[in-house]
Amino acid sequence: MTDKVTVDAAEALSSHLRDGITLAVGGFGLCGVPIHLITTVRDSGVKNLTVVSNNMGVDGKGLGLLLENNQVAKVLSSYVGENSLFARQYLDGSLEVEFVPQGTLAERLRAGGSGIPAFFTPTGFGTPVAEGKETREINGRMAILEMAIRADVGLVHAHTADSEGNLRYRLTARNFNPLVAMASDFTVAEAEIIAEKFIEPDDVMTPGVFIQRFIHVPDQVKEIEQLTVRERA
Amino acid sequence: MWTREEMASIAASELVAGQYINLGIGIPTLVANQLPEGVRVIFQSENGILGMGQFPLAGEEDPDLINAGKQTVTLEPGASIFDSSVSFAMIRGGHINVAILGALQVSSKGDLANWTIPGKLVKGMGGAMDLVAGIPRIIVLTDHLARDGSHKILEKCDLPLTGSGVVDRVITDLAVFDISGSGMTLVKVAPGHSVAEIAEKTGAPFTVSSQTPNETPQS
Repeated sequence: MTDKVTVDAAEALSSHLRDGITLAVGGFGLCGVPIHLITTVRDSGVKNLTVVSNNMGVDGKGLGLLLENNQVAKVLSSYVGENSLFARQYLDGSLEVEFVPQGTLAERLRAGGSGIPAFFTPTGFGTPVAEGKETREINGRMAILEMAIRADVGLVHAHTADSEGNLRYRLTARNFNPLVAMASDFTVAEAEIIAEKFIEPDDVMTPGVFIQRFIHVPDQVKEIEQLTVRERA
Repeated sequence: MWTREEMASIAASELVAGQYINLGIGIPTLVANQLPEGVRVIFQSENGILGMGQFPLAGEEDPDLINAGKQTVTLEPGASIFDSSVSFAMIRGGHINVAILGALQVSSKGDLANWTIPGKLVKGMGGAMDLVAGIPRIIVLTDHLARDGSHKILEKCDLPLTGSGVVDRVITDLAVFDISGSGMTLVKVAPGHSVAEIAEKTGAPFTVSSQTPNETPQS
């Protein structure tokens, strides 16, 4: 397998972006978010997307760009706290939202990437999350059936990529990225650094089999959502 | 009335060296600064950190290193980083010992509501449903009354639940309750407040622990 590296994000994505697809996107808050690829999706103008992502960015940043541009029909997320446009579109009914507990979201993506169609979890039993779902007592504990998530296109942000498409993430920018990579039929990565040789095999976090294309995004400005510091004594 | 730091200090007082702890957003984050002298615990952050440290010194913040509240943080020596599925394997799999969380409402049966007020406030549950499902001890830190003066501690929550029968201890600015199969027990009253006042401000019946000072004189 060669030529996974692409110079142009639009070119990497163009053959797979269509109205109505399911798009899985890595990131937590504004950390580890594939902002360049999201901007490419925004510029493509595709509509009626189902977006799977832990959060939807903040207003005007991250996936907030797609909300602003009215490209999103449905969202699967665990948290929207810092995005007022998301909350407004949800409360006025213009955006369909499925709230998914964060661990269940991670596991549904992992299952989707692993050929597991569904699994039972105790998370959410006795809450609105369980409504309409099969429940079962297993080893004396109630659990609910959660379906795997498989996406048409996955977008991830990595620190380093090599020509095999192997990825390495940096610190908490890892978060959902490896899971999105696994769960998507066509995954495009953006990487801050393209390794001159190869990532050491023991250091590969996402093996290249999960990555179909990647682009280089040097000098990307990373946003901090909540700057918290200690003053120097 | 206890300050937020005093509430955090009560929560911290039961922690034991070597425990793995997850702190929720808000008042629970204060617990990290109230640990008893010499007690070192390991903080887990559900976005993928075990061994989370303090806030960074000004100028040393790293946008790639945040906690679950999206705040910039640091790592302790020996820390590890992992993806979200491994993080929730720790949480759901019972490997984390204690979670300390905020609440909109708590019931005397240990039900917790802390993720949405239908039609008004939509935050999402984040990792809270997984935390309460998988972590053996759940401590809630909350104001005793809501801002509009209504009860937050109730016989039955009217807000959508985060988990059912999951809370073990509730620490408010006025009192500490323990919750077990047999119901809710008042175990501490803040200085200057009485059991009668706590009863009036609590929307659920409770028993009073024999160790609880009945009436604390106004100081």
